[in-house]
Amino acid sequence: MNKEEIEERKITNSSKLQFAFYWAASCGGCEIAVLDINEKILDVVAIADILFWPVAIDIKYKDVEEMEDNRIDVCFFNGSIRTSEQEHLAHLLRKKSKTMVAFGACAVNGGIPGLANLANREEIFNVSYLDNPSTANPQKTLPKTTVEVPEGTLTLPEFYDEVKSLNQVIDVDYYLPGCPPHPDMIMTAIGAIAENKLPEKGAILGPLKSVCDECKFEKTEKKIVSIKRIYELDFIEDKCLLEQGVICLGPATRGGCLAQCLEAFMPCTGCGGPAPNSIDQGASMMSALASILGLEGEEEMKEEEVEKLIEQIVDPVGTFYKYGLPTAIINRKVQE
Amino acid sequence: MTITQIKSDMKEFEPNIVGFLCNWCSYAGADLAGTSRIQYPPNIKIIKVMCSGRVNPMFVVNALQQGADGVLIGGCHPGDCHYQHGNMLARRRIAVLKTLLEFMGIDPRRVRLTWVSASEGRKFANVITEITEDIRELGPMKKIKRVNVW
Repeated sequence: MNKEEIEERKITNSSKLQFAFYWAASCGGCEIAVLDINEKILDVVAIADILFWPVAIDIKYKDVEEMEDNRIDVCFFNGSIRTSEQEHLAHLLRKKSKTMVAFGACAVNGGIPGLANLANREEIFNVSYLDNPSTANPQKTLPKTTVEVPEGTLTLPEFYDEVKSLNQVIDVDYYLPGCPPHPDMIMTAIGAIAENKLPEKGAILGPLKSVCDECKFEKTEKKIVSIKRIYELDFIEDKCLLEQGVICLGPATRGGCLAQCLEAFMPCTGCGGPAPNSIDQGASMMSALASILGLEGEEEMKEEEVEKLIEQIVDPVGTFYKYGLPTAIINRKVQE
Repeated sequence: MTITQIKSDMKEFEPNIVGFLCNWCSYAGADLAGTSRIQYPPNIKIIKVMCSGRVNPMFVVNALQQGADGVLIGGCHPGDCHYQHGNMLARRRIAVLKTLLEFMGIDPRRVRLTWVSASEGRKFANVITEITEDIRELGPMKKIKRVNVW
């Protein structure tokens, strides 16, 4: 799309909403989620134009730079901030957009890329470029921001020491959590945008309930003695997975996904982010899980026996903070 | 003692410890230690909670993030909980939290769970002395920057 075309669009479609989509450190699933709304995409196209969408439209960064401020009505930004290029685009799109929506778990809470905060840049580079058994790198080349070659200077974006969520870099107006956000949530959000019925700034465009609230499984009083992986399970249909001993983050996770994973008999892994009124998803889940992990005659048990019970949780960070380490209270590994 | 000696002593790291003590046992134990005039280090800042089971792991990580060098959770002895099994919940929660802290690079010894009854003023003073010395040895907690709170 060249400059004339942008100008033309401005004239012919001035009444239409102008959308932009951008991806930062993400897998691309959120881009596909936009199309998961199926035939409703036609309704969206009827009310909106897409100005910028690197995955689908041939448009360059400099075209965005040339737009006047607030040219874009709504920008859906997915992915967390890992490199200087992503941060630059976040700032740029913030300037050009009236409304900024953090789209998907990575933009909202840091997402799975956020687990890289358990290491730093040096450790990540060492594993990726030097120590990996399948990597042949005899010259020990590591990514640099600039390198001189006979033809001139080559540049690469800077790889940051930590991963950040979108709201740690720019001012975000609305949040659409999920990995990826459920199509119903996307449609509700787009509907609210079209009718100009958006809630107050900073709101999460999702329901005020947990995943458990949407899950159809039968829940009784919970008490589990051992933690199981899903393949170890003698599955009882229609019974809460947590009661059957599988770690399911439903109680600590915001709903809106209609508990789709549980419909497929897989436990919730927490992509919706902290449940309403909670600031730290992992801490809430730790608290909930520890409450139901119990044994008879526990009061006579020694500390070591309790520790043994707890040792069944093999990967606490990956379990409790799978999608939200950068926004957790302790947001990265402390190098003591 | 010369002035320089005093100055170098002052430079020694003084741990900042937050204590969550249950209303029925540990807090009463701390009270007893006070009324019995038992000496113990002044490094602990006590927060009274109704039960050690009230202590969400979030309180502990929040304390550590906001500059505490150590956290002490005090509850009733097993079987003595005023609310039947609140202290058992606390024990499991803190055990889970400790595994997490280890992954996050924080020494789990910074968090300690202890049972002190209302009649154990002496034990309370001993526990505070012990944890203060332990944390002093571990050194100050590294600052954790939190970009935004929401």
